[in-house]
This record gives sequence, structure tokens and C-alpha cells, in this order.
Amino acid sequence: MAEAVREFTAIGTRPIRPDGVEKVTGKANFGADFSLPGMLYGKVLRSPYAHARVKGIDLSEAKAMEGVFSVITSADFPKENPSDMSCNILAREKVLYHGHALAAVAARSQSIAEEAINSIKVEYEVLQPVLSADAALAEDAPLVDENLRTNGDESFMPSNVAATVHYERGDVDKGFEKADYIVEEEYRIPSAHQGYIEPHACVADVNEKGRASVWCCTQGAFEVRNYISEVLQKKISDIKVTPSEIGGGFGGKTVVYVEPVAVRLSELAGRPVKMVMNREEVFRATGPCSATVCRVKVGANKDGIITAAKAWMAYEAGAFPGSPVTPGCMSIFAPYDLKNFVIDGLDVLVNKPKVAAYRAPGAPQSMHAMESAVDELARKLNMDPIDLRLKNAADEGTEAPYGPKYPAIGLVECLKAAKVHPNYVNKPAKDVGRGVAVGFWFNIGMQSSAEIWVAPNGAVTIMEGSPDIGGSRASMCLMAAETLGIPYDSINAVIGDTESTGFCNLTGGSRTTFATGLAVVRACEDVIAECKRRAAMTWDLDTEQVDWENGFAVPRPGVNIEAEPLSFAELAKTAGRTGGPLVGRASVNAQGAGACFSVNWTDVTVDRDTGKVDVQAFTAVQDAGRAIHPSYVEGQMQGGAVQGIGWALNEEYIYDDNGVLENASFLDYRIPVASDVPMIDCQIVEVPNPSHPYGVRGVGETPIVAPLAATANAVREVLGFRINDLPMSPPRVLEALDNAS
Amino acid sequence: MSRFGYVAPKSVADTIHLLHDCETRGERAQILAGGTDVIVQMRTFDREPRTLVDVKYIEELNRVSIEDNETYIGAAIPSGVLNENQKLKSLYPGLLESADLIGSTQIQGRASIGGNLCNSSPAGDTIPALIANAAKCLIAGTHGTRNVPVEDFVTGVGTNCMTRTEFLLGLILPRPRPRTQDAYLRFIPRTEMDIAVVGAGVSLTLDHDRVCTHARVGIGAVAPTPLLVTKAAEALIGTQCDETSLQAAADACRAAASPITDKRGTVVYRRKVVGVLCYRAGVIARDRILNGQN
Ligand SMILES: Cc1cc2nc3c(=O)[nH]c(=O)nc-3n(C[C@H](O)[C@H](O)[C@H](O)COP(=O)(O)OP(=O)(O)OC[C@H]3O[C@@H](n4cnc5c(N)ncnc54)[C@H](O)[C@@H]3O)c2cc1C
Repeated sequence: MAEAVREFTAIGTRPIRPDGVEKVTGKANFGADFSLPGMLYGKVLRSPYAHARVKGIDLSEAKAMEGVFSVITSADFPKENPSDMSCNILAREKVLYHGHALAAVAARSQSIAEEAINSIKVEYEVLQPVLSADAALAEDAPLVDENLRTNGDESFMPSNVAATVHYERGDVDKGFEKADYIVEEEYRIPSAHQGYIEPHACVADVNEKGRASVWCCTQGAFEVRNYISEVLQKKISDIKVTPSEIGGGFGGKTVVYVEPVAVRLSELAGRPVKMVMNREEVFRATGPCSATVCRVKVGANKDGIITAAKAWMAYEAGAFPGSPVTPGCMSIFAPYDLKNFVIDGLDVLVNKPKVAAYRAPGAPQSMHAMESAVDELARKLNMDPIDLRLKNAADEGTEAPYGPKYPAIGLVECLKAAKVHPNYVNKPAKDVGRGVAVGFWFNIGMQSSAEIWVAPNGAVTIMEGSPDIGGSRASMCLMAAETLGIPYDSINAVIGDTESTGFCNLTGGSRTTFATGLAVVRACEDVIAECKRRAAMTWDLDTEQVDWENGFAVPRPGVNIEAEPLSFAELAKTAGRTGGPLVGRASVNAQGAGACFSVNWTDVTVDRDTGKVDVQAFTAVQDAGRAIHPSYVEGQMQGGAVQGIGWALNEEYIYDDNGVLENASFLDYRIPVASDVPMIDCQIVEVPNPSHPYGVRGVGETPIVAPLAATANAVREVLGFRINDLPMSPPRVLEALDNAS
Repeated sequence: MSRFGYVAPKSVADTIHLLHDCETRGERAQILAGGTDVIVQMRTFDREPRTLVDVKYIEELNRVSIEDNETYIGAAIPSGVLNENQKLKSLYPGLLESADLIGSTQIQGRASIGGNLCNSSPAGDTIPALIANAAKCLIAGTHGTRNVPVEDFVTGVGTNCMTRTEFLLGLILPRPRPRTQDAYLRFIPRTEMDIAVVGAGVSLTLDHDRVCTHARVGIGAVAPTPLLVTKAAEALIGTQCDETSLQAAADACRAAASPITDKRGTVVYRRKVVGVLCYRAGVIARDRILNGQN
């Protein structure tokens, strides 16, 4: 452990979040809640085919329609070098998945917009779709992109493999020779949608000078600004983006679908344009995560030391390159100290929506495979699954499979905490199966800015740019309260638009509490420095002769002066006389995000007549570095567990032979409802991250990683055999039971 | 959302008039009860303009009466309200449970048995339970009222035997014989907010020697319409509803089923599980009698 536990006053408490009242009373404004006078409604035309060449589009009827103000296709986007994002937003020569957008209209009402969309005639040459990684890798597979060459290497023939990834260390053949037990399996993990409850929505208003104002729900207003600028080749300074409250993102709102379309429609119409996706559009055309095939081979000696590991993985990217195959490969063996391994991964194009980030992108798939294989290894060794992991666990100084040496990490602490946890010590009842797995995520730092504005009564406003998804305003206020030494209640956090706060990367990669938190702490320190300067001035001392203690400026010990400590509130009140308002600011490109590990276990039962799996108990132990607001750390742990359970048991994309998604609704794309899961028990472990003033690690993504294998391992225990393919839906479980008997 | 007009007649006669007027003008009219199917459909796939005829304000559709030989349940009563009626619950626990399965608390503030039946989905949860209880549909039209056994009401996926100028007033259920109980079970992959992959309702009467004298079995989501499975009932009558006879009833349900494979389940799965649910519902109904619940 890096340091002895410090006493905190604010950090580690659980106050009510500043944005709570607005949200529970329904007053908070989400993406679809914004309106402007004279606003039009935008609607998109989507492809009825999964793969087709667009021979012609006839817009004449739509353009002539009363109440229609603008109609666009990709021809109305800049012609040169369109990015994949641009081609995804409005298709060019080919439509690449069922639901791919290829035209849009803006009209006075939604029904006129719909009519106009229906009047557009498109001539298609229907092509054979490629609907799985297996099909895409087949010898004579149709090509999703005829010009795609693996890794951009012109010496290769075009194929559906966009990229390959390779990592290795040591000598795997020798490693496997030393193994007494070997497990070798293939696992299939389906595509899952992020399942955010709020669909994508925006309003765009372009004025006569071409300046665009955009209001939208997003994980990152500055990224939206960049994307609009790239897609439409507009100057950054001509775009202002205001983020609304956000009803979930989980990675799915790190990219854009409607915003550039709305801007272009507004530009041509001369009126504001609102676009709101419906749920069906969200399922058909926004990024789910990759369906993945993983082959894993792991060997261990009699003592349970893993001697070699090998993995091959194919990640579906959807219609454009860019699956998270790289982080998938980097994470698969991350919890283990391995001397010999080989990892190969492929980024594979298929005629399905372009994948987007989903919580710990790539890791749930690859680690499901590894954690399932390690479970089988523990069975062969007749060893407790936590003990086996402890024997091989990565720790401070271990060389991560993806290169660097780990600084202080909390895997071993989590495993030890799990081993003695009452929920683990209590053995499951008869017919109840328990499964264990570990989770991991890298976390990222990146850029954040923060400003602190102090009102004359000592109240503090934090201005920052990270959309608040999981309670980050509360965490910012807590860190500011701790740093400044003032009450939490006197602080408010505001999330600015792209013209009212400094640049800030998106809320993602579990970075916000770490990186924006770091900027807030630094900005508070900037205010403190100013407070000390003002106090020094008042006392006629040098600034170096003043200290800051629990919200008071005090003369440094040894400084010979009779002075009453000056409180933050007093300094604020007198600021007008001592040099003007107190403000502080900071910007960071935060380094050392600090990896986050977890251990999960779950107890399940299986109804052998219907194949239904019931999760009876679930416990998550996770290293938070330092839990700033423990309830919101637990919220992340619980939410991730539920999403992982849903992915393991019921969530999947069901396509027909033509590549049409059959379950584009929450009725048939089954995320768990509250009554489907037990209370997720949480234990937060704190191994402080040396790169953050309070020890924070990101906690948002790791929680979804372990539940897949934990659930699969538990089902394996009940059934007595393993179902290698997810989801373990009732029909699949019943079929497996039938085959087994 | 489709364009629509809205009327809320206060009487059966006014409703018939309205339906008739729309029909002669060649306009579409649609009855609105709780709207938990109608409104969802209007917002998604069924965008045709129409006049909504809200029947929630007609006394006849909101009345429950429990007589010596039969029970009348108004078509538009929300399942949440029905489930507060303890008398109904004790007479037809399975039917009331089936209504209690619909949606969530919020949905149950609106969703009616009449709407569930008239929506005529193969998966409507109350329909197999109504079949098990030998319910009759009381239908009003220009020529007065008529009675149709519930198993003959639904004619196909989303279609039923009513003409465009008819509507459902309520359901008439025979008063259960002594030592009669019912039960309904459905299978969904979740615990709520889902649509039945398979459903089965069973009503049993046992004499004092525990021998089954009457039985009715209804199944759902395994054929284009919910089905009455006479052979399943026959397998139970004359037995003590023990494992063997319940298994025979289960097999009869499997034989009667003609399921499809879709995103919600396969043919093999549905066929298998409809037997499982018939068996389990049979056990619940039997044990309700043996444990003296009436
Ligand atoms: C979130 C959600 C969950 C649901 N869960 C379930 C579930 O678990 N199980 C289930 O079976 N269903 C479920 N449903 C579907 C729906 O709630 C039920 O079918 C409900 O019983 C319909 O009743 P209603 O009064 O709302 O009908 P409405 O929507 O008002 O009407 C349904 C249909 O019946 C017609 N109709 C209604 N009353 C009459 C009448 N008196 N005479 C003639 N025609 C009439 C209407 O014209 C319409 O075609 C769910 C719906 C939602 C939105």
C-alpha cells in the first residue's frame, strides 16, 4: 500500500448529489427536452437492406412537399475524403447494414417529415450480406469494403480483416510442455447494446453567418464539436455544443449519429432542426459492442502456476473498421503474471452497425474467455478458484502483458478480501452453483479543465466540462470541499458548454473522477494560493509565511505575528478590497490513471425444465483507489454487474438470414429488470493510486468485465458441464441439458 | 403517432351508434380501454388515422357482479382494480394472477382483461386462464348482444370474431363448483415486463376422494390462437391428478401445440415448456384444493 490511510472530512462521505432534486422531480433537461422557436423536425431514411449498392436516390417528391424545408444525402456533405464516421452517418455508394442512414429531411412537423422520408425512392442493387466473423473470414466471403486491405498493407488482397493485433512473450510451446493440465476452448460472446434509456437527441441551429449551435445528449461536448467539424469540414470556432443531462451512455454516446445531419439540415433550411432517434433506430443503427469469437488455451503445472497461455480472437467491427480488438487483446491476460503467452486478434468487418465503445471496450469478451478457462483449470487442479488466481495474480512491479510494469494495483487485495468475505465463506446450498471471476480495466487520464469561482459569501462554483453520468458533480464537490476545507453544501458543480469552460475530453474510460477531479483539485489549490496571497497582504507577510489549514489562512508556524486565522468565507467577503473576486483554474493532461481490478462471484440456480437461470446472490469486490463518494462507486459496481449478468443470460442481437435485426426493442432485447437480480453486494477495496492527490482510480468500467464469466462459471457448477456460448438464454440452456442427457 | 379523433360515450347504445356511424362513413373506429396496447401500436407500426372510442366511462364495462351461478366482469376494468377484489380473487385465483402478470404496477392501473382478450395476441396472458374458467364473452352489436365461448373468440393472430360494429361488454364466468381451483403460469426469460413465451391455465375440480371430476386446460403462445386442450382435461378427469396423469396432460398440451420458432423461442423449446407449465399449473390448482382454499 502506498500510504497510510489519511483522515478525510468530505471524501468518503455520502451526501446527496447536487443534481439530485432536478432528476427525481423530472425537471432536469435531457437531450429531447430542448426546443427553439420555429424549430423543424428532422428524420432519417434508413436502408431496408444489410448490404446493397445505391444506384440512385430520387428526392424530388420529398423536396416538393409542402412543409419540407431541407432534404439531404451524403452528396450534401463535403465530398473529399469522408471519414468512416461521415459514411456511417449518411451512406455513400453502398449501404452497409440494415438501418444504415442514407437521406434526411427537415420538415415543419414530425408527420410531414415521415411522409417526406417515405416518398424518397432509392434504387438498390442488393448484395449478399456478411453476417458473422466466421462468414467474413471464409475463403470466398463477399467483401464489406472492396478496398479494405488488412492493416492498410497494399501487398495484401482486399479482405474483411481490417487489422491484426499481436502480443507475445517468452516461449509458449516450452510453457505448455511444462504444464500438467491444459484447458483449450472456444467461446462466443454476442453483440450487446449499451442499453442507455435515453435515445440520441439533438437540436441544431445554424445562423446566417454559418455559426452552429448544438444542444445534445453526449458523453463529451468537445468531441461532438470535433466530429461535426470533421464531418462537415466546418471551423471549430463556428460550432458551439451544449451538453444536456444524459440518460446513460456507457460508451454509446462517445460518437455522433444525428448531430452533423441536424446541422446540415438546419444550415440549408435556415431554421433550427430537432432530431430524436426512436428506440428502434437506436437498436438498428447505433453502436452495439462487438460479437466476438475467442479461442483460449491455458496450461498450469501441478502447483497451479500458469506456465503458458494462448489466445486467438476475432472481434466484429460492424460495417467499418474499429472494433476494440486491441484493448481486448491487451486485457485478456492482464490479471496474471505470465512468462509465456501469445495473443492474436482480428478486427473483422461485417454488415452490421458500426460498433461503439461499451464499458471496458473489448475486455468483457476476451476476459470472459480467459476467466472461463481459468475456472476449468481450477476444477482440473481441484483448487479454490480464488487461490488459483492468487497464485498467478499480477501485483506492483509485475510486467503487464501489454508492456508496462504495474505501479501499485489492488488485485491481490481484492482476492484476499473476497476469500474472507462472509458471502464467500458461506458455501452455497445444494443445487446452487457458485462462479468466480476477476475483472480489469486500464482506465485513462487525458485532458480536463476546471475553474473555481468564489462568490462573496464564500459559496463556490466549479465550472468543468465532464457530462455527469454517474454522480461526478457530487465527487467534484467532495474533492473541492476536502481541498478547500469548506462544507460540501456550499459548493456547486456546473458542466459548461464548449464556450464556457476549457477543453475537456469526454466522460469515458473511467476518467472523470480521476482526471477532471485532478483538475478540480489543482484549481482549488490555485484558489488556495490566491487566498494565501490575500491573507499575506492583509497581515503584511510574504505569501510563503502563510499556510492553509482546514479552510483557514494561518501564519506558518514560527512566523511571529498576532493574527486571527482568516476563514475562506472572510477572504471571499473581503475579496473586493484585496484585489477582486477569487477565482482559480487548472488544466491537466492527466497521466497514471491506475488500473482497476475486481473480483466477482455469484450464486445461481437453474430450472432444469425451462432452462431458466436465476441469480440468487452476487458480490462484487473492487479496488477504487479511493472512493470519493462510496455510493456512486457502488452504483458503478452494481450497474456494471447487472449489465454483465444481462449479457451473460439474455442479451443478444438476433438477425434473420438477410441481416435484419429481429429484436430491435427493449421487449425482445432483454436487459434485466430490477426484479431479475438480487441486491448486488459491494465491497470497496482501497489501494490508492499514486498518480492522484486523493488516490482515485477510475471505477466505471471494470464492473462489467467479471460478471460474464462469474455467471457462466456458476452455471457450469450447477449443470456439471459448460455452455461455451453466451447468452445462456433459457432455450439454449434447455437445449444443452437435452443434449447432455 | 397516428392522427386520431377521440370520443367517450357514456352508454352501450351510444357506442354502437358511434361504431355504426364510422362504419357507414367508411372511417376506422377503434375501441380504447386502458390503451396499453392501442397507444403503443399507434406510436409504432399502426399509423392509420382513426377515431378512438373510449369505453372506460360505460357502467356496463366497469361492473363486477358475483351471483350464485355466474360472475360478470366488465371488460374495461383495470387489472389493478380487479386484484383488489378479494371475492374475485378467492373464486378465480389463477385468472386474477394472470391479470396481475400484465406489465408493471403502472401498466396495471390501466390494462384490462377485455383489452387483453380483444387485442387477441396468441400470448395474451389472461386468455388461457379465461379458457380454463370456461368464460363466455358478452358481445354487444346493432342486433343486441350475443355470447361466445372464449376459446372461439380469438380467430387468428390479432383477429377475433367481432364485427367492426360490435364490442365486448364483459366476461361471464360460471361460478366454480365446490372444490374447484385454477392456476395460470407463463414462461418469460425475465421476471416481469415481458411477453409470454409459453402460457398455461388449468382449472380442476376434485371430489372428496380427490378424484378429478372436471378439468379445463388452456394454453397460450404455442399456436396462432390460445387453445382449449380437451385431451389434457381428459387425461386428468377420473385421476387424482398425480404425476402420471399430470404428465399425460402435459403431453396432450405438447401434442396440441403448433408453435413457431421466433426471436422468443424455438418450436422445440415452446413445445417442451408448454407441457412443463401445464404440469406445474395443475399441481398448483390441485394443491389449492387439497389445502382447502375453498
Ligand atoms: C409495458 C407493457 C407490458 C405489458 N405486459 C403484458 C403482459 O405481461 N402480458 C400481456 O398479456 N400483455 C401485456 N401487455 C399488453 C397489454 O397491456 C395487455 O394486453 C392489456 O391487457 C390490454 O388492455 P388495455 O385495456 O390497455 O387494452 P387497449 O390497449 O385499450 O385495447 C387493446 C385492444 O383491444 C381492443 N379493445 C379493448 N377493449 C375492447 C372492448 N371492450 N371491446 C372491443 N375491443 C376492445 C382495442 O381496440 C385494442 O385493439 C403489456 C403492455 C405494455 C405497454
